[in-house]
Amino acid sequence: MWRRIVALMRKEFLAILKDKKSRIVLIGPPIIQLLVFGYAATYDLNQVPFAVYNEDQGGASRDLLAKLRLSPTFHEVAIVTHDAEIAPLIDSKQALLLIHLGPDFSRNLDQGIPAPLQVIVDGRNSNTAMIALNYIQSIVDAFNREWTVSQGLRRPRAQLVVRSWFNPNLESRWFIVPGIVGLLTLVVTMLVTALSVAREREQGTFDQLLVTPMRPFEIVLGKALPGFIIGFAEATVIMIVAVSWFRIPLLGNLVTLYTGLFLFLLSAIGVGLMISSVAVTQQQGLLGAFLFLVPSIILSGFTTPIANMPKVVQYITYVNPLRYFMVILREVFLQGSPFSSLLSQFWPMALIGIINLSLAGWLFRHRMH
Amino acid sequence: MSETSQSLPPPPVRFGVLMRMNGLIRKEFLQILRDPSSIAIAFLMPFFLLLLFGYGVSLDAEHVPVALVVEAPGPETASLAGSFMASRYFSPTVYSRMSEAIAAMNERRADAIVHLRSDFGRMIYSSAGAPIQVIIQGSDANTGRLISGYIEGTVQVWLAQLARLKGQSLQALVDMRPRIWFNSEVRSQNFLVPGLIAVIMTLIGALLTSMVVAREWERGTMEALAVTPVTMTEILLGKLIPYFILGMGGMTLAVSMAYFLFEVPLRGSLWLLIATSALFLLVALGMGLLISIIARNQFVAGQVAIIVTFLPAFILSGFIFDIASMPAPVQVITHLIAARYYVAILQTIFLAGDIWSVIVPNTMALFVMAVFFLGVSRRKALKRLD
Repeated sequence: MWRRIVALMRKEFLAILKDKKSRIVLIGPPIIQLLVFGYAATYDLNQVPFAVYNEDQGGASRDLLAKLRLSPTFHEVAIVTHDAEIAPLIDSKQALLLIHLGPDFSRNLDQGIPAPLQVIVDGRNSNTAMIALNYIQSIVDAFNREWTVSQGLRRPRAQLVVRSWFNPNLESRWFIVPGIVGLLTLVVTMLVTALSVAREREQGTFDQLLVTPMRPFEIVLGKALPGFIIGFAEATVIMIVAVSWFRIPLLGNLVTLYTGLFLFLLSAIGVGLMISSVAVTQQQGLLGAFLFLVPSIILSGFTTPIANMPKVVQYITYVNPLRYFMVILREVFLQGSPFSSLLSQFWPMALIGIINLSLAGWLFRHRMH
Repeated sequence: MSETSQSLPPPPVRFGVLMRMNGLIRKEFLQILRDPSSIAIAFLMPFFLLLLFGYGVSLDAEHVPVALVVEAPGPETASLAGSFMASRYFSPTVYSRMSEAIAAMNERRADAIVHLRSDFGRMIYSSAGAPIQVIIQGSDANTGRLISGYIEGTVQVWLAQLARLKGQSLQALVDMRPRIWFNSEVRSQNFLVPGLIAVIMTLIGALLTSMVVAREWERGTMEALAVTPVTMTEILLGKLIPYFILGMGGMTLAVSMAYFLFEVPLRGSLWLLIATSALFLLVALGMGLLISIIARNQFVAGQVAIIVTFLPAFILSGFIFDIASMPAPVQVITHLIAARYYVAILQTIFLAGDIWSVIVPNTMALFVMAVFFLGVSRRKALKRLD
């Protein structure tokens, strides 16, 4: 039995790797994508272009603007002197935001009247707009704190001492890069498995395979194992780059991480072979892979937290293997979570994998055309 | 009028072109109808993906589970806890010991800890002020920063209320008044849905064409075509035109969903939206065509289409991650992503209007890309047998 499986595996590897173009496709893009996306996928803003419209002559406005100009997050691109100049700057995206201080800004502040600081921000990407406003708010808060102290004002006071665990400088990259490991591993595994049966169906060799003494179980194994080997290799290379190039801390142990990877590959390959055995043509296989890949990436918590989604959509995410692997990757990398605390993430992937692989094996026999 | 009637009838060659093109296009449409997956790509995918994204993706955190540690309950801690309870951003749980809160955080039951020590009620009125220890679950940096901002805001508002209650006048402080142009109610759907149309159309355009030419090579029908009088340009146009029509259908569906279902305002003009969309679709189809001409087999063409379309359009188009904040070399790479220009155009036409300073340069870039992809496809596609 094993000889037959090994023979099928060899044939699969040859099918995947014999063509130089398809070898390149499996090795080059994941590494390039990791490097590019690792730098690109961040919510942290820097060099935000802003313009200033200051009608105030006082010292307070100068102090506040100085704080803004010194911040590495912001980059001053223009000084505005008339209302009419504001719209073209924002419309053409030359400035993301404009700070407007009215003529009475410093006088109000000195006389104990609240001084409004108008901030106009381009909301075409409202997430970026809100992040930029948060940065400005924290600069204003710092200014207000210093002002309260320097004027000797009395009011109930509290200092927030904020510490962030697991990611002390709140760097997006620490969160995104382990996520990319899961993302690229999924893409590569789907590429290897989702077209494999469909291709043989289209070429007619699958019928030949079915009349050999191989049982469906053995065919599933022979088709799945190359996916496992390639998936393990890819994930390992990507994780090495994440740790050595991006300097993402890997606090947990490798046994936990690779248990997660094994179960994730099991479920991803299961889905891939399922799609492949339902598809009649390669185009359908590709379409199926896409229809699975795109939502599973979107609904994995990779870019937007699952907790923010509506309840119904949250329930849908429970059938998505990538959802569980994302938690495992991030917890093992950043928090060093022990094996036992991740059991709740392990078993759903195992279940998804076993169900899909069994279905795929069943479909091999029963879907003849 | 008289001039045209006097002119010679078109030479027979021109007639032949039309006839041959007609035949090729009919053949392609028949193929599309026989294998419905192209129709599924053009219509099912935008529908299904827009629905999922429009309802599923949000960057606005609400009801964040917060562990509130109150060591010595008193009127001040009760009123601060009340502020947290009332906020739609938090769903707080009160603990009396720090160790319980830490356990909750480790078990993913809390995303932040707010620690009020036993001397909180007294220190709050002292000149030094009361320290409030805040611990954020920072793995997800974006959410972590958001939560930290919410907590800071809640505490500041509560302090101001307390000052008012104690009869202290509110000090003159800088009061930030943001005005968010183009999206004043800060609906994330307003920018996500137009951006998503760009991502989806990249996928669809490339998927539609990437497999078709490769399929002809693989099945040997390209060689059959090669011995007929059809020229390569005619073959390529025969592929492009049916899928362009199909793609515009999908595009219309996506834009209608954005406008009617997700209620994204359309502040620019419809004709400009249609014109730029058609141009973008040409770029996406051209990219797919080039992939399939170079790859020559469906397996590789499919793999390349998956790799170069979805993820780059998703991450590098500026649809969700801000391009200006990326490192300079990565910003250079984003210029190769067609979706980048289309995202800028769509977000502007939908939310801001016909702003030529944004639309003209981005449309030019799309035009250059369309000429490039279609031109290179034509050059690479030679009638040769090998």
